Order: sequence, then C-alpha cells, then structure tokens
Amino acid sequence: MSNILEIKGVNKTFGGLHALQDVNLQIEEGETHAIIGPNGAGKSTLLNCCIGRLIPDNGSVTFNGKNMIGMEAHDINHAGMVRVFQTPEIFPELTLLENVMIPALAKRDGTFKFNPFKSLLKETAIHEEAMATLADFNLDRFHDHHAGSMSRGDKRRLELAMGLIQHPTLLLLDEPTAGMARHDTNATIDLLKSGKMGAMTKVIIEHDMHVVFSLADRISVLARGHIIATGTPEDIKNDPKVKEAYLGETEDE
Amino acid sequence: MMKNLIKSNTVIMLIFAAVVLTAPMWTAPIGANYPDLLQKFAIFGIFAVGYNILFGLTGYLSFGHAAFLGIGSYTAVWSFKLLTMNVVPAIILAVIVSGIFALIIGYLSLRRSGIYFSILTLAFAQMAYSLAYSVLTPITNGETGLQLEQQDPRVIDSMFGVVVTDGLPSTNLFGTLMSGYSGFYVAAAFLIFAFYISLKIFRSPFGMKLLAIKSNQTRMKYTGFNTKPYLLTAFIISGMYAGLAGGLLASIDPLAGAERMQWTASGEVVLMTIMGGVGTLIGPLLGAGIIKYLENIFSALNKSELTEIFSFMPEWLQTIVVNISNVFVGEGWHLTLGALFMLIVIFLPGGVMEGVTKIKDFILGIFGKGEDNRTAEIEGEAK
Repeated sequence: MSNILEIKGVNKTFGGLHALQDVNLQIEEGETHAIIGPNGAGKSTLLNCCIGRLIPDNGSVTFNGKNMIGMEAHDINHAGMVRVFQTPEIFPELTLLENVMIPALAKRDGTFKFNPFKSLLKETAIHEEAMATLADFNLDRFHDHHAGSMSRGDKRRLELAMGLIQHPTLLLLDEPTAGMARHDTNATIDLLKSGKMGAMTKVIIEHDMHVVFSLADRISVLARGHIIATGTPEDIKNDPKVKEAYLGETEDE
Repeated sequence: MMKNLIKSNTVIMLIFAAVVLTAPMWTAPIGANYPDLLQKFAIFGIFAVGYNILFGLTGYLSFGHAAFLGIGSYTAVWSFKLLTMNVVPAIILAVIVSGIFALIIGYLSLRRSGIYFSILTLAFAQMAYSLAYSVLTPITNGETGLQLEQQDPRVIDSMFGVVVTDGLPSTNLFGTLMSGYSGFYVAAAFLIFAFYISLKIFRSPFGMKLLAIKSNQTRMKYTGFNTKPYLLTAFIISGMYAGLAGGLLASIDPLAGAERMQWTASGEVVLMTIMGGVGTLIGPLLGAGIIKYLENIFSALNKSELTEIFSFMPEWLQTIVVNISNVFVGEGWHLTLGALFMLIVIFLPGGVMEGVTKIKDFILGIFGKGEDNRTAEIEGEAK
C-alpha cells in the first residue's frame, strides 16, 4: 500500500512550548489510523498543521505527492483532504439540506464560481446527492430544519455528512464522538465502519479507547509532542512505553 | 401546491410589478401619492435592495455605501453635460463607474472583517465626501454641487442637431421628460428590474454560499471556498445598485452634491435595511418606504397643521397634544424616526418583516393548526 499522507520531521513551538517535536507519520491508503495521546500531547496541533490552520516551524507535510505547507485552507480541501472538527463547525442558520449542499457545491464549483442567475431549484443533481447523504446519516427527515436547532449528536453526524459528500481522499476526524452519549457513540462507530465511510482513508483523533479499538487499523501514540509508538492495536496494547505514558493514566481515571 | 405557487419567481415578480406600478393609487390614502415622494420610494428602494445583497446575505456591515450613491450621481450629471440629456447612457455609466469604485474600496476594505470592515468603509466614504468638497472641485464643483449649464458640450445631442437656445435642457428618456409621474415610472421600472436581480441572487447557489459565509466563514474556507472573491462580488453588486440609485436621483433632478455621500446618508440605508428586515427580500424596500415617508410627511407638518388635525379634541387636551407632537414633526422628524427605530429593534429585531411573519403565524394559528405546528413540535423535541 502506498502512503497517502507523509508527515516528516514536523516541529511546532508556541512560545516556550514545544508542541510537536520531530513528528514523523505515514498514513497508508485505505487505512483508519487513530492518533491517541493524553491531553495536550499535540494531537490537534498536528491536524491543524495538515489542513493549513497552522504552519509548522519546519518539516514537511506531503499529501498525494504534493507539499501542503503554506497552502490555503480551501486549496487543501480541493486537494482531497477534508477535516471534521471537534466542536461541530456547521452553518447554524441554514437548513440541514443546505448544509450538505454547500460542500457538494464546493466539490463541483471549485473555490469560486459566480452563478447568480442559476436557480437553486434547478440544482437537482446536487439536491438529490445531498438528500441521499442525509439519508445515509438518518438525518433526511430533518432536512428542512435549521442546523443550529439540532442536538449536538445530530450536528456531529451532519458534519460527517458534510465531509462524506465531498468524497475526500483523506478524512481527518477530530474526536468524532466527544460529548456523545454511549448509544450515539456506537451509532457513530457503525457509521464510520460501514459503507462509503468505511472504505475511506481516515485519521481519527480520539480519547475514547472503545472507539479507537473498534475502528483503528493502526494507532500512533503521541505524548508530549513525540510519536512514541505506531502499530496495530495489538502492538499498542502491549507496548510498555504506551502503557506507561498513556494507558496507565486513563485506567486510573 | 399553494406554497409552490407563492414561491415561483414569475408569480412573485408579477405581484411585485403590479404593486409597484399601482403605487400612485394605493399610496393616495396615506397622502404619499405625489411624484416626488414616489420617485424617492423607488430610488431608495433600489439602494436598500442592493445594500441588502451585501449586508443581508454576507453580514458585512458597510457604513460607506452613500459614496457609491454620490459617485453614481456625479457620473450621471457628467454624462448629461458631456454626452447627452438622455438618461440611458447616464444610468449605465453611473452603474459602471460606481462598480469600479466598489471594486477598489471593496478590495481594500474586505481585508478586514467585522467592526474593522465597517470602519474602513466609513473612512473611505468620508474620504470621498471630503475630496468632493475640496480638492476635486474641478470635477464635483465643490460646495455648490455639479450642475448643468447651457453651454455644456453634450456631444451626442449636438450630433443629432439638438440645440438648446433658452434655459437649461431637461433630462429625458428618448424624448419623454423625466419629471413627475414619468420619472416615477422609469424609476419603478428600474426597481422592478433591480428586485428581479436580487430575487435571482437570493435563490441561486451563489446567494446560498453568501449566506453560508455569513453563517460560518471559517467553515466555508475548510469546505473549499475562497471566500474573498465571493464577498468582493457581493460588495461590487451592492455598490452598483447604489450607483444605479444615484444615477436615477441625478436623472430626475440633474444636480449632484457632496452631501449625498455624507456618513448620515450611509447610515440611512443601514437604518432602512434593519428597520425593514435584514436579509429578507422585501424588508429593505419597506424600510426605505417608511423612512422616506416619515421624512416627507412628518418634516412637512407644522404647529398650525397639528392644531387642525387634533381639532376634534377639547381645547385643553388639544394644546397639550399639539405641543408634545410638535416636537416630533418638522425639523424634529428625526426624533420620530429614532423612536420608531428603537421600538422596532427592541420588539422586532427582525424588522417589519418579522412583524409580518408573526401576524401571519398568528392568523394561521387561528385558522388551522396545520403543518406549521407539527414542525415546531419536532424542532422542540430536537432541542
């Protein structure tokens, strides 16, 4: 399998804090790769360095053979790397249907298109695709509701739908189940495992070990800005360094 | 079925055109059926509808749109002076020139968002105003304002052998003079056209993307949209609307003064849009109508007229009422406007249109607990 995303020697400091230290990570095509680590280990910083929200001090981020560093967020999206945020980033004033149509339009129209005389009613292809995607996430019956009025769990599923409709080459998920009730978490795990979502290459940042071990093909453990281990769930479970740095701590909680 | 019918563009445009063109009739009961005021309704309606494309869809609050109104007026008057007294080239040029200025001012102002964007637009408009008053006097004729003169070249007119011998020439649309009701109908035709464009934009993917930028601009960037050109396009379109309104103002009264660009004029269109309902199709038009109506009717009232209006009251009460209401009319009409604006913003943050929706829901609630209630219940559950 080929590497779809290669992070090499990435460093990032905030003032005196060395958030990422010489991070190397390869994401293989088709895998679900979980990044775990205690709070403040640098997981979100690492994702932000990939999608253009932060620029690493040095090192390289190569996606599909292209250098991503310094690229604008919207160009990174069109390169095929799509991020789903930890706190749901949706369009609260728009309906669920519109929320999903927007990313579908981005896929079709590119970064800018001026079509003020085209009627939305004639966007049947986009409309159908959006409805089908909402149906995949069991949200179609709420299609005309304002996204802001939905529950947190629904908002997160909506954001997954917004990511999925763009058919990304790589989907970056930042704690997709944080703040969800157990049954919602399980429903989300099923969603991420099956169908179109299941086949997609994914990077998941997650605290919940249940989620990580249900989904991940490989796991990388980040602690104090270092990747201390990468391997299959079995390897990680038995790695003494990981036990010391991470798993031990969580079991005490 | 009924809902779809109401939503259809053609039906909306037919109703809209009918309402606008019959305005001289239905404004009679409120005493607004004179051409001067009707022209203002239509022209400031265009200004507000255009402003709403920027403020209503993208949420970017510009405090400098009067600059484009002024630029449109100056351009139109120059077209009358240099080319022809026909209003068509004047209006086209007004739209183009104000569009160019909107491109420049918008490009610079949109480097910032929120309050900084508002301040930048305000600064540019005040700059335009000061320049028109001082260093640009050769172009703007400073304090006096740009006026027509009998010896103006009017190249196109003289090519067709139109010679003005006595007095000033009048603006016309292929021969029809732009004064009185014909002026209103020309402005009304442009209003209908402007409203149609706005309706199309509101209901296009482009318009939906603008709304999404207002809702969550960061998300738009990570969704793969370059938001800058979207915002700039909306800014230019609304600047062109303002230019059209300015051009029409000059077409009806061929005089352009710098005070048209002052910040109070920019503030007025913000008031119109908020009062009527930001982001609604009709709201800004209603706001423009309300403000222009108050301005014309209330500012024209005086003490003796008030005494007449309240003559049915006992004398002691009449004196009190007249003295109190006298503060709110004539020079004091701004006080009425201010009070009304406060009432609307406090009780109907969505403007007059929110009031209309509330009344509509109330009536629907009486006549049938139909679909609307069910959706509300589901929404309640979701919360």
